[in-house]
Amino acid sequence: MRSYLPDYELVTPASLSEALALMDREPGAWKPFAGGTDLMVLLEAGKLPHKMFFSLWHLPELRGIRVASEAVTLGSLTTYTEVLGHPLLQQEFPLLCQAAGETGGVATQNRGTLGGNIANASPAADSPPALLAYDAELELVSAAGSRRIPYHEFHTGYKQMRLAPDELIRSIHLPRARPPRAHYYRKVGTRRAQAISKVVFAGTARVEAGVVRDVRVALGSVAPTVLRCFDTEAALLGKKIDAVTIADAQAALAAEIAPIDDIRSTMNYRRHVSLNLLGDFLQSSLA
Amino acid sequence: MLDEARKVDVACKVNGRDHSIRVYPMARLLDVLREELHLTGAKEGCGEGECGACSVFLNGQLVNSCLIPAAQAHNAEITTIEGIAPAESLHAVQQAFIEAGGSQCGICTPGMIMAAVNLLERVPQPNEEDVRVGLAGNLCRCTGYTKIFEAVVRACRQMREQVRA
Amino acid sequence: MPDRIVGQPVARKEARDKVTGRSRYVDDLEFPELLHGATVRSPCARGRIRGVHFEGSLPWGEFTVVTAKDIPGKNCITLILDDQPCLADTVVNHPEEAVVLLAHPDKYLLEEARRSVRVDIEPLPAVFTLEESLAQKEIVWGRDNILKSIAVEKGNVDDVWARADFIIEGEYRTGAQEQLYIEPNGMVAVANSTDGVTVWGSMQCPYYVHKALVPLFGLPENKVRVVQVETGGGFGGKEEYPSMIAAHAALLAWKSGKPVKIIYDRAEDMAATTKRHPSRTRHRTAVSREGKLLGMEIEFALDGGAYATLSAVVLSRGTIHAAGPYLCPNVRIRSRALATNTPPQGAFRGFGAPQSTFALERHLNKVALAVGLTPGEFRRRNFLREGQTTATGQVIREKVDMSRLLERAFELSEYSAKVKRFAEENLGRRVKKGIGFASFMHGAGFTGSGEKYLASIVGVEATREGRVKILTASTEIGQGTNTILCQIAADTLGLDCGRVEMAPADTATVPNSGPTVASRTCMIVGKLVESAARALKQALVGSGLLPAQYSPEEFAQACTRYVEKHGALKTFSQYQQPPEIQWDEENYKGDAYGAYGWAVYVAEVSVDTLTCEVRVDDFVAVQEVGTVINPVLASGQIEGGVAQAIGFALYENVVWHEGRMANSQMTNYIIPTSMDVPRIRVYFEEVPYAYGPAGAKGLGELPMDGTAPAIVNAIENATGIIIDQIPVLPEQLMELLKVSRA
Repeated sequence: MRSYLPDYELVTPASLSEALALMDREPGAWKPFAGGTDLMVLLEAGKLPHKMFFSLWHLPELRGIRVASEAVTLGSLTTYTEVLGHPLLQQEFPLLCQAAGETGGVATQNRGTLGGNIANASPAADSPPALLAYDAELELVSAAGSRRIPYHEFHTGYKQMRLAPDELIRSIHLPRARPPRAHYYRKVGTRRAQAISKVVFAGTARVEAGVVRDVRVALGSVAPTVLRCFDTEAALLGKKIDAVTIADAQAALAAEIAPIDDIRSTMNYRRHVSLNLLGDFLQSSLA
Repeated sequence: MLDEARKVDVACKVNGRDHSIRVYPMARLLDVLREELHLTGAKEGCGEGECGACSVFLNGQLVNSCLIPAAQAHNAEITTIEGIAPAESLHAVQQAFIEAGGSQCGICTPGMIMAAVNLLERVPQPNEEDVRVGLAGNLCRCTGYTKIFEAVVRACRQMREQVRA
Repeated sequence: MPDRIVGQPVARKEARDKVTGRSRYVDDLEFPELLHGATVRSPCARGRIRGVHFEGSLPWGEFTVVTAKDIPGKNCITLILDDQPCLADTVVNHPEEAVVLLAHPDKYLLEEARRSVRVDIEPLPAVFTLEESLAQKEIVWGRDNILKSIAVEKGNVDDVWARADFIIEGEYRTGAQEQLYIEPNGMVAVANSTDGVTVWGSMQCPYYVHKALVPLFGLPENKVRVVQVETGGGFGGKEEYPSMIAAHAALLAWKSGKPVKIIYDRAEDMAATTKRHPSRTRHRTAVSREGKLLGMEIEFALDGGAYATLSAVVLSRGTIHAAGPYLCPNVRIRSRALATNTPPQGAFRGFGAPQSTFALERHLNKVALAVGLTPGEFRRRNFLREGQTTATGQVIREKVDMSRLLERAFELSEYSAKVKRFAEENLGRRVKKGIGFASFMHGAGFTGSGEKYLASIVGVEATREGRVKILTASTEIGQGTNTILCQIAADTLGLDCGRVEMAPADTATVPNSGPTVASRTCMIVGKLVESAARALKQALVGSGLLPAQYSPEEFAQACTRYVEKHGALKTFSQYQQPPEIQWDEENYKGDAYGAYGWAVYVAEVSVDTLTCEVRVDDFVAVQEVGTVINPVLASGQIEGGVAQAIGFALYENVVWHEGRMANSQMTNYIIPTSMDVPRIRVYFEEVPYAYGPAGAKGLGELPMDGTAPAIVNAIENATGIIIDQIPVLPEQLMELLKVSRA
């Protein structure tokens, strides 16, 4: 334990409004603490400079998965285990379930939350690319009220996000898709389980008679934030899936992503794998 | 003493017994169990939630106790390896580990057994893939996992027979 | 008389404690008034220490502070060359080198303090790789950076090139590997000048620690006591390193007058302690048209880190295994261990043999291809047989039949059918399958005269309670020492295993049986247990208290009666080298090892060309290891060793930044999880060895040697890609695949 524990506070507000009032009183002074699977690792490593936290874990307002005709709303404290175990999510949002199942092991999945994952803003996060591919919207809340923001507008740079110091992520809305579509998710990690990703690929497509009518491409670990690849999607929309289209889309993707060399992998590998996965996604969406 | 004042009261039930302790709010549950309650079965292998040697049940869920801050264990029910079976008896998983050779140096064993017990509670008839997935968060360096799988299969069979009996 | 116990899957002696969480590892021990200890380490790879500064507003008066000046005796961790200081004094030679020790009752405040001590170093130029060291870019050790060199010469290799039909060259590399025992290093010490020094901790070799503490404190031997407690894995990583952490805990205890516990966290353990020596092997091989080895010239180099530690011995074993289980009339091996400014490398299961075996088994596939033979056929034409000589001129006196092991391994893995099937099916497929094998051996026990020099002693005691207690410094670290030694004693005495127990590995009460390393515990120490037990029986029978034929109950009664009548009954046995073993240390000729384990391993892999991820789908391990004392423990050792070697081959990469391990966390240093390892299928052949207990040989390290080359051979089979270094990471494979397609 490389942090001086006596300096750290973790208070437990009794309700969401109490938590928001705390944030409102001293914006930025108190930060939220959900399942702890990221923050406790930083604490242990002596890399958690912020010292005042309030616990969200017991707040019922942030839990639950609500299914309505237009959308599914997941409370920000929804754990990966809850995602994995939800029949409707498995059916309509399989990429999210797959991502949840590949995040850490059972113990991490029991404590890790979607909101915590989003707020931690790692560019290598596993679920956010799936959320991007599903046109997720976030509901943010503060003492002043609430607002919604398309998730693809949320992250603005490495660990930067459109979240005010007095705001919390309240829930994630997933619009329910109309016709069925092809889904594709692949996480390439350092091993088959308990791994930080080197590349994450999430894609959905509606393909009719070999032509792309609707498509979403989102990646993780290839840019300072998780990335919705609009240029790549534009290169595909309305096109017939063939070798030329795939090559064009891959070229667009190569220009859109910005992978780096780091302790886990290399720029070249990440680029190459991203392009390969895009090609595989498009081939499989034909089937 | 300034530092003592920063501690908080945490009440929790551990292995069926109530405890009231005063600890730093961000103290790891692992350290609380080992140092305050002298339950040294849960081990620290990595301090980063990777190895699972610290696995316990928190309100029935498998968690890495090195990542749980004490304040969030308030009013929780916790089960450790010491509480997985009534005193002096063995859970079927523990017995199976002995018979199948699932434990070598033993340091991953308490966490591995917690994960295995948890798996069998959630998935009573796991196939091999289920077992691998269920134990993926528990690293072992000695066994290569083969005899751990055999132990889980053996325990599963044993538990099925107990239910039938 | 109970059934023969040797060969039975007797349950592990301490299994119940392990599965209930009752086993006490060092961090589970409690001491009154305990202080926690921490180490302040060099941030710099090489330099002169200008000063140590205690910064911040901490109550420094509350802390115990130890530097080199506080060492009562010799500032050295005694091992072989005695070049490694316990605490850096005027210079540092590697990142993480220990400079200052701190102790305090509050472990959180202690950590604050550790962060607040600044070691000011004037940097000096450093070398970080084998190549830089060989090039003598800077002299960082001795006169030429060479920690040790060894030369092996058999026949006349210079003559073969002219008459060779084929000459094949190759260069092979292996990276550093972290042992990653799940329990980090830890020690507790109590010390003062009156009572001496006592340490309890996680370790493999209590007498190594003892040997190091005696001159450090300048104490007589009987004033130093070392106790091994339940140890959560070692694999060599706790062979020599514990002497360092024990010395640190003891120095803090000595100065403070209180018990001191030092437990490394994972990051510190990974960054500061020993790893497997990185290696570079160069082969030049002369072969005849018929595929017979005419000559081998091998250059073997190891990166030893900043101090000599065990590099000479790792080099030795790597050298002796470099030419493998093959008959070659002319061999030259030139080996060197080089110093670099990285934390000293050390023992890790296999101990040099995994490195040189990787090179050889990759190279021989290359050789086979050049000659136009299959890898299997090439091996068959060159396997050593009884009566033939190794590279050191050792005449093999074992009934070794490598061809039979090969055949069996091929049958169990469906090797030939799969080679054919994969070749057909791989065309046009995204996921390519491959199968590959390695054939190899591993010498058990210390090299040459090593066992004679160790002169190990084991005792057996008859207790007043009617039980038998084994007195040995050989430790249980998960490999099954407790159980098999009790089985051997029980078998010898005609008792059931429950009547035999192990005395704690405490230097105050057990004799020096040599270190728990080198696959020697069963073969060498087990044999001593057998003979000491026999002597115990003779003593009891000779005393008239035990009839020649007896029941276990009668034996127990005889023990009780003897102790009541005559006092303690302990019999001892000391190692006697079999007379046939002749070793010339100077010329590196003769009988390198008393016995060898022989093996053929087959790996089946899938390579997903989309991502170049490699999966091991099936693994067959066939070995001949003499009598198997306990089939569950023995197969457990092979399974575990194969898993570690799968890590060595595919996952475990130490990322070095200026001599420091940058990925010193479990998140970024990748070992296989349960999802990454297939069922490992283990098969034993047993040819009893006359000098082993009940005919057993050693097997603990064997699986580490052949697994990695089998996997890489399989990857080449799957993809056609030639990779000659490990770990094989998808990133490298991807680059090579791109090149091969272009």
